[in-house]
Amino acid sequence: MNQDDYPNDHSFPTHPHAEAVTEQHEPVTENAWSKLNAFTDARVGLGRSGISVPTKHLLAFQLAHAQAIDAVHTQLDSAGLAAQLTAQDWAKDWTKHCAPLLLHSRATDRATYLQRPDYGRRLDEESADTLDEHRASTSQQYDLAIVVVDGLSSLAIEQNTLPFLQALAGYLNGWSLAPICFVEQGRVAIGDDVCERLNAKCVLVLVGERPGLSSPDSLGLYLTWGGKVGLTDAYRNCISNVRPAGLVYQEAARKAFYLLNEARTLKLSGVKLKDRSDDDLIIDTSKESKNFLIS
Amino acid sequence: MSKPHSTFQRNTFQFRNIVGERTFGFVDLADLMAKATPARSGDRLAGVAADSAEERAIAQMTLADVPLSLFLEQALVPYEADEITRLILDDHDKAAFAVISHLTVGGFRDWLLSDLATSEVLTQIRPGVTPEMAAAVSKIMRNQDLILVAKKCHVKTAFRNTIGLPGHLSTRLQPNHPTDDLTGIAASMLDGLLYANGDAVIGINPATDNVQQATRLIRMMDEVIQHYDIPTQSCVLTHVTNTIECIDQGAPVDLVFQSIGGTQATNDSFGFNLANLAEAQDAALSLNRGTVGNNVMYFETGQGSALSANAHHGLDQQTCEARAYAVARKFNPLLVNTVVGFIGPEYLYDGKEITRAGLEDHFCGKLLGLPMGCDVCYTNHAEADQNDMDNLLTLLGVAGCTFVMGIPGSDDIMLNYQTTSFHDALYARRALGLKPAPEFDLWLAKMEIFKNNEQFTLNHQLPDAFHKSLNRMIGGLS
Repeated sequence: MNQDDYPNDHSFPTHPHAEAVTEQHEPVTENAWSKLNAFTDARVGLGRSGISVPTKHLLAFQLAHAQAIDAVHTQLDSAGLAAQLTAQDWAKDWTKHCAPLLLHSRATDRATYLQRPDYGRRLDEESADTLDEHRASTSQQYDLAIVVVDGLSSLAIEQNTLPFLQALAGYLNGWSLAPICFVEQGRVAIGDDVCERLNAKCVLVLVGERPGLSSPDSLGLYLTWGGKVGLTDAYRNCISNVRPAGLVYQEAARKAFYLLNEARTLKLSGVKLKDRSDDDLIIDTSKESKNFLIS
Repeated sequence: MSKPHSTFQRNTFQFRNIVGERTFGFVDLADLMAKATPARSGDRLAGVAADSAEERAIAQMTLADVPLSLFLEQALVPYEADEITRLILDDHDKAAFAVISHLTVGGFRDWLLSDLATSEVLTQIRPGVTPEMAAAVSKIMRNQDLILVAKKCHVKTAFRNTIGLPGHLSTRLQPNHPTDDLTGIAASMLDGLLYANGDAVIGINPATDNVQQATRLIRMMDEVIQHYDIPTQSCVLTHVTNTIECIDQGAPVDLVFQSIGGTQATNDSFGFNLANLAEAQDAALSLNRGTVGNNVMYFETGQGSALSANAHHGLDQQTCEARAYAVARKFNPLLVNTVVGFIGPEYLYDGKEITRAGLEDHFCGKLLGLPMGCDVCYTNHAEADQNDMDNLLTLLGVAGCTFVMGIPGSDDIMLNYQTTSFHDALYARRALGLKPAPEFDLWLAKMEIFKNNEQFTLNHQLPDAFHKSLNRMIGGLS
């Protein structure tokens, strides 16, 4: 169609199924397909002011971005979180022998952390000393070290750590647990540094994942059998997107324990350890119906 | 990164520059190139960046005096060890190079900006320009130089429509979904098409990356393209070896995707080599699915990938990136996309570094003859926001960028980053008068998506053709 067909907006024919003809009267044109947002988290059907994003959606986006930025830049209160953990009844077994250990990576601040991933993978000297002293102080052999790391979202750690650990606690009878470690300005691989210094058999790292616009609070779980400095991702198993709106705590704990148990049996982790915790779920895509656009 | 800030042995300097009382030395061409590179975090992380602003400026002056012909004599990555170096040097066209063979890097900048370098002449010299020459000259060009010269470089490609005509800008419709849910993907596709996006390609990054899933998504997009008779092409961004299997199993593949890097070791880490790409290109060509052309490859690149794979050979990240374009141009791609802000702040720290990198990549790609697009994007841990994206999108639009991404509301809910939205593409069209691919433009009019193609005005009614399926899905439209 070209302009000549319809000399001006007011002569535009009304369609029997038309969305409300708002363009002439209202600056914002709503989209007839905006209800599709019930089927996806994607920002579909936002409508438009001219061809631009309407004010309310512009501001909603900015809020989501602001929350994601804050998740990256807000410092983790690891002392406060450790105190909360110590106060939990279900955590008594984990904290009665040794209070949580508060550690720090070699990245002194967030700007350094963001530009030097290598610093975030190693403990600073004081933290290394703390672990070495603890190791020298006891003859206890540890099956598992749990290491809580701020990563790229302190929000993820603050919101999800306690409920996830509570869900996991029920599975860990009979496991000898190292003191829980909290690490600031850390990346996933710093768990290997901790694991090696504590001489634990394996390490489970809880880390704040890179925040998405709609998910600033996503927790990641990384398991390494025999963690030691220098291992690559090929030696790790990952469970991602742990949060109330993603993989819920009970499910995450079930999957984590499946992997922990397999790792202990096979004495390995990473690409050779397959997550078959969902093998009883069968998805038959051959019977999938056509998408609605062509139905 | 095994050895950040590793120190080089500086016993001998290939290049020296005496300024006042001080002598600045540069070990070799790679060292000179790295130190001449505008500042960015990835080069600091690699330990190859200039130590001071002064050293960088001196390096740029020193680089400006280097003859272009030196890049043919001194490979930055050893010929014997790297198939991309071999590709660059073996395919070099001496006749095409003759026009510029007498120039230094500095003289090349003057020549590119001069009226001697018309669009026709720039097309003729392409096979004589190596990625290293393009990278070198870009390092001493300002942003406006990168824009002005890129705008003169015309690169036209085609499959079911014609991409890259002057005065045009295409968009990749990117309907990603975190679980590859077909309804969710279809919702984003519909949104994009009704916002006049999708002429470069409808391209999905699969959440589950295997042959079965890729085939499912390829079929889904093919059905939609056929049902609405859309003059565009589809692509699932899965590994090249997966796509070859999809083709073997009869999947309706339009474009073959692969992420590529500028050193053989980078591509080893990606799990492919040049022979795999050649095999995939042959397989896609054998399907003969293009209607107006047969450019069947879609490549993605991005500064920092070589360093990330610990495969950078001591080169700066922009030079590695330009070398990836040698890989791309070997296979006549329909589209090449530099995903500029995706990799994170350890490679490009903030909006300023992302902007510079985007313009460099677009310029180098175009100079080398590629249909260069840009994923104008950032992650939430980079120092960047929507305003930085607006700036880069506008600059690239002025520079004649081939295509950008289009996604609902800038929010990729699968890859967790922000890229340009469907609305953003329409902004660039209106602000700069840039039209979609001509075949797609006609389709937009025919479908009554555009009310006025010249003014980029959208219909305020839901076009007829989409009404039935949408009504069945959500009801209550009447």
